[in-house]
Amino acid sequence: MKNVVVLQFPGTNCEYDTKYAFEKLGANVNIIWHEDKIIPENTDLIVLPGGFSYGDYLRSGALAKHANIMDAVKIYASNGGKVLGICNGFQILTETGLLPGALKRNENLHFISKHQTIKVLNNKNSFLSELNNNDILNIPVAHHDGNFFIDENGLKDMQDNDQILLQYCDENGVAKILNGSVEQIAGICNKEKNVFGLMPHPERAMETLLGCDHGVKMLEGFLK
Amino acid sequence: MTAIINIALKQGVLDSAGKASHHTLDTLGFSSMVQDVRIGKQITIKLNTNDEKEAREQVTKMCEDLLANTVIEDYDITLEA
Repeated sequence: MKNVVVLQFPGTNCEYDTKYAFEKLGANVNIIWHEDKIIPENTDLIVLPGGFSYGDYLRSGALAKHANIMDAVKIYASNGGKVLGICNGFQILTETGLLPGALKRNENLHFISKHQTIKVLNNKNSFLSELNNNDILNIPVAHHDGNFFIDENGLKDMQDNDQILLQYCDENGVAKILNGSVEQIAGICNKEKNVFGLMPHPERAMETLLGCDHGVKMLEGFLK
Repeated sequence: MTAIINIALKQGVLDSAGKASHHTLDTLGFSSMVQDVRIGKQITIKLNTNDEKEAREQVTKMCEDLLANTVIEDYDITLEA
């Protein structure tokens, strides 16, 4: 059985959905408080879930990057451990520098909350290995600061290293502007392909009864 | 002494709030006056030192470590006695 750790900061609000999602896929899930300093041994995946850590004060994710537990997360990641950041978790990972770029206020300044189609651009990684390139997924988004920014050189590096994983698109798979992100980027990974971040919420797309279960195929890649 | 830090999005990074405010200033009749609007934030820190060199060094570190995200933001530090 795979062991998943879900981090909890003050203001995190998706930790129980995330726990539910990974338990549904057969994992053993532990929620770990931000003041802790140790990631349990035998952890197969650390998830930084969505929410509004520290009230989004200063910048989304900025204060969480200095939480006690983050030193352990950085060490875990530098040893090749898998880390996934969803929404606010993605913001924390860019603030920490574990992922490139930054997440700005949505271009239209609105909080965007809806089901959104996204396209798989690259499945050569443990996150999207259960999917095919150009697969179109329907996954909820709910964010105010999801406007991914990176400068031209950084973007080129990411393209050269297959780090751009997910893109906002219409129902036919044509790239579509959602929040102003460079290249309509919805999800990325680091160069080493062990740290992943995305704005959409796969953990909210686990049950057809609740609209859609496309999140299952995304998250189960981590448990193979 | 006191440090006053102004933080704003870098030139070249779209400032949506500045752009929207610019548009509204235009509709209020200021279009001939207004060239560009940038919106940032100001952070004031009361320091336990009067040594300007030390203050600038430490406040710069605070900006780099936490107060600004230098991927998208520039910061400017003013020190007041």
